[in-house]
Amino acid sequence: MLEIRGLTASINDKSILKGIDLVVPQGEVHALMGPNGSGKSTLGYVLSGREDYEVTAGTVTFNGVNLLDMEPEERAAAGVFLAFQAPVELPGVNNANFLRTALNALRRAHGEAELDAVQFLKLARAETKRLAMPDDMLKRNVNVGFSGGEKKRNEVLQMAILRPKLAILDETDSGLDIDALKVVADGVNALRGPDFSALVITHHQRLLDHLVPNRVHVLAHGRIVRSGGPELAKELEKSGYAGLLAEAA
Amino acid sequence: MAAVTETLDTVQSVTQSGYKWGFETTIEMDFAPKGLNEDIIRLISARKEEPAWMLEWRLKAYAAWLKMEEPKWARVDHPPIDYQDLHYYAAPKKKPGPKSLDEVDPELLKMYEKLGIPLKERAILAGVDPETVENTPVAVDAVFDSVSVATTFQATLRKAGVIFCPISEAVREHPDLVKQYLGTVVPTGDNFFAALNSAVFTDGSFVFIPQGVRCPMELSTYFRINARNTGQFERTLIIAEAGSHVSYLEGCTAPQRDENQLHAAVVELVALDDAQIKYSTVQNWFPGDVNGKGGIYNFVTKRGACRGARSKISWTQVETGSAITWKYPSCVLLGEDSVGEFYSVAVTNNHQQADTGTKMIHIGKGSRSTIISKGISAGHSNNTYRGLVRMLPSAANARNFTQCDSLLIGDQCGAHTVPYIESRNLTAKVEHEATTSKIADDQLFYCRQRGLSEEDAVGLIVNGFCKDVLKELPMEFAVEAQKLLAVSLEGSVG
Repeated sequence: MLEIRGLTASINDKSILKGIDLVVPQGEVHALMGPNGSGKSTLGYVLSGREDYEVTAGTVTFNGVNLLDMEPEERAAAGVFLAFQAPVELPGVNNANFLRTALNALRRAHGEAELDAVQFLKLARAETKRLAMPDDMLKRNVNVGFSGGEKKRNEVLQMAILRPKLAILDETDSGLDIDALKVVADGVNALRGPDFSALVITHHQRLLDHLVPNRVHVLAHGRIVRSGGPELAKELEKSGYAGLLAEAA
Repeated sequence: MAAVTETLDTVQSVTQSGYKWGFETTIEMDFAPKGLNEDIIRLISARKEEPAWMLEWRLKAYAAWLKMEEPKWARVDHPPIDYQDLHYYAAPKKKPGPKSLDEVDPELLKMYEKLGIPLKERAILAGVDPETVENTPVAVDAVFDSVSVATTFQATLRKAGVIFCPISEAVREHPDLVKQYLGTVVPTGDNFFAALNSAVFTDGSFVFIPQGVRCPMELSTYFRINARNTGQFERTLIIAEAGSHVSYLEGCTAPQRDENQLHAAVVELVALDDAQIKYSTVQNWFPGDVNGKGGIYNFVTKRGACRGARSKISWTQVETGSAITWKYPSCVLLGEDSVGEFYSVAVTNNHQQADTGTKMIHIGKGSRSTIISKGISAGHSNNTYRGLVRMLPSAANARNFTQCDSLLIGDQCGAHTVPYIESRNLTAKVEHEATTSKIADDQLFYCRQRGLSEEDAVGLIVNGFCKDVLKELPMEFAVEAQKLLAVSLEGSVG
């Protein structure tokens, strides 16, 4: 269970998160919506431990451990995965090698045996096949020369292989066509189970058609201003944020 | 991933023990007195049981050296070197000379183990029948300070007609070949350090591949500087006759020292018609401590002459060590359609200084050269690529492609690119590309978010940056080189 209490955070002395309270129980998928600049991506970065952000107050625990005390790689080992809104390019680094290094780092942290190249490729090929991605995705350099859609698919592939306990998807559906959107939804749905939870940051109801969330939260001006069931997203699709913001103000 | 685990282990061992290879064996040394004069040169020559012509050659080089000055143009800075305060000869005290590997000092064999010489080579050194050792055989001519003490695989090589032996032995056993080629690629008076080497060189390797022969194994030499205050002056000569092929591997480590140690090697390569020489180096000599104290001064002259038509010389180097590196492995492309290649990774960290690059001298028609240089600077280090591409009037339709990439880690280091391009033939083409980049915070964060430690992330990014060069290394070296890159940059981020 992810439990965020009174979280405030700033970057370069500019306050972005102004008191977030949010609970995502194990086994649930929650959607996080809200206007541009409301702090959604910042929340994703703060949860995953990006150093540029300063946490000024509040607590974040995941399955009982304090995430805020941990290095990014320790959070990853605890099961936190961030699908980046703008995935980063690593020139000369082969995608399969990158993923195997990451998976084995996680396995080491869990006291599990590392996978050799053959074992890993078997697993990775099964996942690419399941997600209907071409095998050459694994051979190419990490995100180098990938189209916007390919980068997002690659994030989903990484999530499928690393099997996190908490996935934070930062607008992974943005700029995707309907088929790619389904890949994202399928990626999350495949992991759904009692030990998996997700926080899906999105602007679009259509992702939530494929990925029915347990709860929907609206973030505005650094605070959660409204929470509700899946119907809240449909309502926002119709009426926009304006009414909600006026109400909150 | 296994390589990364090993990298981690290596990083850990370095963190805990400082320089991993900083041990010293207790084999008794036999020193010449400190200082350099004609008598010392006579002593070296006598110890090596050299013929008179070799002594004369040395004395001529010494006379030339006396009139020369240390070059000042490189971007390196060091206190003056007192050439009279060094020992110029040190040899392990030994019984009449090992006739077989069983007679090799067990201390030395232990040292190979500590050095991490690949298992199969250690097995060979330990006397295991080469036929039972799996994979491609590798011949090792180990240079332990100044005298080669173990030369292996002679029988197989002899069958192929290949000569691979210490150069001192070649001077005695194959004087005609040595006389014909020694000093013809790097003349005795070529530069200050080459002249010094010519006067006092103590050992090194000699390789001769006869016409049409593909050398049946990769030839490997492990150099090691071991005696306190002993300059190491290696001399290597490789001759590839028409249509022959050879791949030569050179790997180096040195024990930790407080005093700076001078190293001035000379390597000469000669490739005749259609011959190919591939020369690979992984150099990780002690670079000095984090404050820049100690470390090797490495002033090396390496040059290959592509004398024959369609001949090819390829230099591949991964340089992570030494306090100062002054090194420009070069190709003189005399033959028509001859090919020169230079693939280099130079890593500097802490207070290391590297001024390294290559020279491609195009003389032959249609000669081609490729230069791929990857410089990585971290800490307070300075890393300079200095390269010359010269197209002479005879070099019709010659081509060169140069790519120099620099990667900066942190904001206290420097990367410099100094290309010299001279073209005196209108049909010759020279291309030069250069980039400078930094390891970005978002790249590090991306890797760490996926579970990689900061060190693993840097290792991965750096290895990606160097991929074009690493893929040119023989397999065994490539793994070693990847580990070295990670170790050299340990602690450079954050």
